Amino acid sequence: MAGLGRVALILALLVCAYGIGASIYGVRSDQDRWIDSGRRAVYALAVVLVSAFIVLEVAFLSNDYAFNTVADSSSATTPLFYKAAAVWASQEGSLLLWAMLSSLWSSLALFLVKGRLREVAAYATAILLGFAGFFVSLMVFYANPFLTTHPAPVEGAGLDPLLRFSTMLIHPPLVYSGYTLCTIPLAFGMGALIARKVDAEWIKATRRFALAAWLFLGIGIVLGARWSYAELGWGGYWGWDPVENAALMPWLVATAFIHSLMIQEKRGMLKVWNASLVCAMGTLAIMGTFLVRSGILNSIHAFGGATLGVPFVTLIGVLIAASIYLVVSRRDILKSEHRLDSLISRESVFLLNNLMLVGLCFVVFWGTYFPLISEAVTGQQASVGAPWFDRYTVPLALILVLLSGIGPVIAWRRASFANLRRNLLMPAVSALVALGALLGAGVMSKPLAIVMFCLAAFVVGTVAQELWRGGWVRSRAASQMLPVAIAGLIKRNRRRYGGYIVHVGIALLFVGVAASSSFEHLSEPTLTVGKSVKVGSYTVRYVKPTASVTPQSDSAHTGSTLNLGAVLRVSKEGHYVTTLRPTEGFYDSGEPSEGSVGHLIGGQAVSHVSMSSTISRDVWSAVEPDISAPSLQRIVEAGNKTISMMRPEEGMIAIAVLAREYLKSPPPAKFNLRVFPFVMWIWIGAMIVFGGGLIAMWPAPSTVVRRVSVRVGRRRRASHGLARA
Amino acid sequence: MVVLFGVVLAIVTQPLNAIATKRRGAHAAEIAELEAERDLKYQEIRDAELDHEMGKHSDEDFAAVDGGLRAEALEILNRIEALQGASDDVERD
Amino acid sequence: MNPARKRTVRLVVALTAAVLLASALIYTSFSAADPALSPSQLIHQAVPGRSYQLTGKVVSHSVRHEGEVLDFRVRDRAGEESVPVRYTGTVPDPFREGREVIVTVQKSGSDYVGERNSLITKCPSKYKTAPPSDKRTY
Repeated sequence: MAGLGRVALILALLVCAYGIGASIYGVRSDQDRWIDSGRRAVYALAVVLVSAFIVLEVAFLSNDYAFNTVADSSSATTPLFYKAAAVWASQEGSLLLWAMLSSLWSSLALFLVKGRLREVAAYATAILLGFAGFFVSLMVFYANPFLTTHPAPVEGAGLDPLLRFSTMLIHPPLVYSGYTLCTIPLAFGMGALIARKVDAEWIKATRRFALAAWLFLGIGIVLGARWSYAELGWGGYWGWDPVENAALMPWLVATAFIHSLMIQEKRGMLKVWNASLVCAMGTLAIMGTFLVRSGILNSIHAFGGATLGVPFVTLIGVLIAASIYLVVSRRDILKSEHRLDSLISRESVFLLNNLMLVGLCFVVFWGTYFPLISEAVTGQQASVGAPWFDRYTVPLALILVLLSGIGPVIAWRRASFANLRRNLLMPAVSALVALGALLGAGVMSKPLAIVMFCLAAFVVGTVAQELWRGGWVRSRAASQMLPVAIAGLIKRNRRRYGGYIVHVGIALLFVGVAASSSFEHLSEPTLTVGKSVKVGSYTVRYVKPTASVTPQSDSAHTGSTLNLGAVLRVSKEGHYVTTLRPTEGFYDSGEPSEGSVGHLIGGQAVSHVSMSSTISRDVWSAVEPDISAPSLQRIVEAGNKTISMMRPEEGMIAIAVLAREYLKSPPPAKFNLRVFPFVMWIWIGAMIVFGGGLIAMWPAPSTVVRRVSVRVGRRRRASHGLARA
Repeated sequence: MVVLFGVVLAIVTQPLNAIATKRRGAHAAEIAELEAERDLKYQEIRDAELDHEMGKHSDEDFAAVDGGLRAEALEILNRIEALQGASDDVERD
Repeated sequence: MNPARKRTVRLVVALTAAVLLASALIYTSFSAADPALSPSQLIHQAVPGRSYQLTGKVVSHSVRHEGEVLDFRVRDRAGEESVPVRYTGTVPDPFREGREVIVTVQKSGSDYVGERNSLITKCPSKYKTAPPSDKRTY
């Protein structure tokens, strides 16, 4: 089977080469059938890579340890769900995932533009096959997922326990889908520049792909934040870690591009800007993949060998050089058709929004790559911390939220002050009401957070006003009830109202971020049983310890040998609120040197967070039981001396004794306790953002387009009649 | 393995074996481009109408903008018609 | 002012603002950053009162818990020189002997005191070293 996989990779490489050749030959010699063949090469590539992926997946599911990747990342005791997802836990597997997703999304994109954008699509096909070919070559020459060892090992090393969380395993495919989707607008953008056809057709096609990339990448980022918050024991959702930033940068550029593309659509402006943005988006996506896969930056995530560094840097260099060359050499077709009429206009607001987003991206870029920059400049690697990022991103974010409120209500081309006043009055009042409410409730500290809350009220006010007014007009015209009218309004203007819904989601998300970071309460006490500690307005009492011993072959759990934890009683002003049960799982290290009992719990320790979530706050807890306490280590050492490595069942008995000892006289345990106000608004806001994005992406019903065309057609016949008369 | 290779070959070579290439029509690319422009123009007209209904444009502003947009749309429709007529002529010959 | 002149003025103002902001950003990054040093570099260069990002591997059998404080030694990735670190705060899940860590420290006497909650442990490498019984074939 591994042989089939290896052949599939070589076949994939050949298909890529053929497809590139066929597409370019077809477009140069103006022969449709070669262009079609090139497009079909992408479909064929998808078939080949999916087959290869299935081979690897089957190997994992059937515990075929002859495969090196299976032996490294899986084991008999790894639960089925994690076995299936362990395919992309390894370097090689994740490269295969990237290549496969790239071929699938590229096939979809090319299928959707079939028959249109002939020349542009041909070049885009070649570029997309180039990317896929790059990743396949990495596998064939550097990191082959189908390498085997004979004789096959009896058991695998097992999936790293840190990865045995459901969100963590959906996160890579989603983020990789986002990255691969970013390369599609890049390919079509470069194709359009090469073919010298940067025009309406290209705009229409690219917009959807960019939105899809934005959507998937965004969901991937939020899932990563949720995983960090709900599963890791450090108590946060965003740490400005290089790998988090790597996905954020292309997403910020994609957001800017979606907005500035509208200006090009309406006024034929910003063509050079858009061409550059689309190239930047794809390049940043490749750089993001590179960051995750190489070890160049110090990050909790940075894994992968140094061997991949050189090819990636070469690819990125080629992309940057090609982008600059194309934009400069095609600047004649990228001239603006119009100019900015007035600073008080929607174009102006969109421009500012773009500048803020690109500025944000620059800040993140600088901070992320700073260790390399400072090394180049001063010879010394240095890194900036989270406070530096916060200092610059917070003001930019505030301005962005403000702009997202003004944008929808200001007219294109030129807005009059009277109109602006009329449209901004109600939202401004909502902001002031929010301010009053906050001050009245005694919230006086953290001015930046207060500003964010007021701006969010402003944005929500704007969108509510838009929905209300539009719905009212429509309900009067079509004699409908208001809610029906509003639903119809959204249905008929999906792009506009989908966008407004996204703005509301973003505002709520930032409210969650501002509240949970500015007003967070935390405590990191070491407690003995019975002791309490105050966290914010809550009192947390360590009621009693917990311990459970799971047999190694228990597939229901994530496979930890021993789980130690605590029962915490949370109360507020004497009233019971909730009970939390954080635990820490101890896993098998597989190292004989740690002893027959020691190795059973000497492996990875993974924190299982326990929290109580309501709309107004999360009470979050994690525990670090002191497994190195002398009373427990005594048992481990005794077990190591008397129990043989060949008798794991006896080893487990020792672990059970240890668990009992922990329950009987638990050593003081370290706790990480936090209260996050309004943090749930982040997740709710994110869901609203993606819902709005889906609405904006959904194709408009054809009846809508027909209605306008009928009206314009009628006018035309009338004008013809006039001309003839 | 052989099956996979065969499938790939079949998918990729199908267009090459097509007996006659589709007659694209003389101005197909330009017409497609104009149709895309037309659709964008329709979207703009609808957006302007909605803006006007919602009170973002005053009546005079809207009349000017709408008139301009409709004139541009008409021009595009005329050009499409001309090209379609021209390519029809070519095909008839 | 005619429109062309207005546009030039706007462009100049915008560019100047951008350049000023970028300079502020760049300047503060250099002054706010902590240099990343390995243990051997730290021994030779550390000055009391300044923060440094120490990167290296946790030395085997050096980890000790003393109440709230975690004591451990960090050594060069490929070398023997190591420094002692006293750390209080959250200990990440992957932390263990032999793993690569990053911790912000300040020199205090002969010890290096870790900044609270600044300890980061790298996720273990995705390809684990093969147990001795495995033989790799290409």
